[in-house]
Amino acid sequence: MTSLHFSRFARTVLMALLVAGAVPALAIDTERAFDDPALQARYETIGRELRCLVCQNQTIADSNATLAQDLRREVREMIAAGKTDDEIRTFMVDRYGDFVLYKPRMTPVNYLLWAAPVLLLLLGTFIGLRIIRKQAAQADTDGPEAGQS
Amino acid sequence: MLKFGVPLALALLLGVFLFVGLQRDPSYVPSPLIGKQAPEFTLPSLHDPAYPVASKELAGKAWVLNVWGTWCGGCRQEHDTLMAIARTGAVPLIGLNWKDDGAAAQQWLSALGNPYAVVASDPEGRVAIDWGVYGAPETFLIGPDGKVLFKHIAPMTMEVWTQEFLPRIQAANASMAPTGG
Repeated sequence: MTSLHFSRFARTVLMALLVAGAVPALAIDTERAFDDPALQARYETIGRELRCLVCQNQTIADSNATLAQDLRREVREMIAAGKTDDEIRTFMVDRYGDFVLYKPRMTPVNYLLWAAPVLLLLLGTFIGLRIIRKQAAQADTDGPEAGQS
Repeated sequence: MLKFGVPLALALLLGVFLFVGLQRDPSYVPSPLIGKQAPEFTLPSLHDPAYPVASKELAGKAWVLNVWGTWCGGCRQEHDTLMAIARTGAVPLIGLNWKDDGAAAQQWLSALGNPYAVVASDPEGRVAIDWGVYGAPETFLIGPDGKVLFKHIAPMTMEVWTQEFLPRIQAANASMAPTGG
């Protein structure tokens, strides 16, 4: 009984600690890039959309590789120069290819990939329906035979 | 027969895709610059910062841009190959000293030999970004018309040089050679 109470208490404390510890992840920069919150938000959003190519499973907002630092600097300067988000993305894609984008764009090369879920769903539905119909038809014909034997 | 044949064929096809996927190097990112006009740059020379290295001046014949830094292990690995390539005189080797300390880079070249016709200094890495560089060493081949013909990502080897670079250099220079006369 006491052990149950204790474990409940321990769980509550642990939960409280975890919740307290779950502060929003801060950007890797030591200071804000922009005083204007809107620009800072754009900077952070774009940073999370661009891949750091030397540390491929990190975004440039997550990585402290020198290339990521340089790319963050480019993003910062382009935002400061009044470039739109699309212009910044295009700048990166022109240099590093579509792989630099964490959210892949739809291009003729990957139309099939984008369409695949729908196509597979249709194919699955088609096959499923055929099997169901076949079994239904079999059940119909099986009925009287089973009765005869 | 068909009942097993179709799933078997599909499984085999999937297997082929997965097998090919295993052979591919995920760290290799193909450059979107291939076939396009090479980004222009003007940077200070490593050995004499007052002397600018301008990519425009290289137009008219094929040239090679090798991205390196003293902090890069692969660059040390390929250095002897670059020296051997430079000795053949097939093409001018232009160095792009990326995010490096100028003094350390000069010391590296005087200790190990300098394969480059000229070295452009890019301590801030801005030109490297224009060229889509993401890891040294990287080696670009630029045609006489200023288009990027090929990019090799990894230390240069004689095999890559003779198989990928030399034929392209010969073809590119031949196409630009004055006809007749």
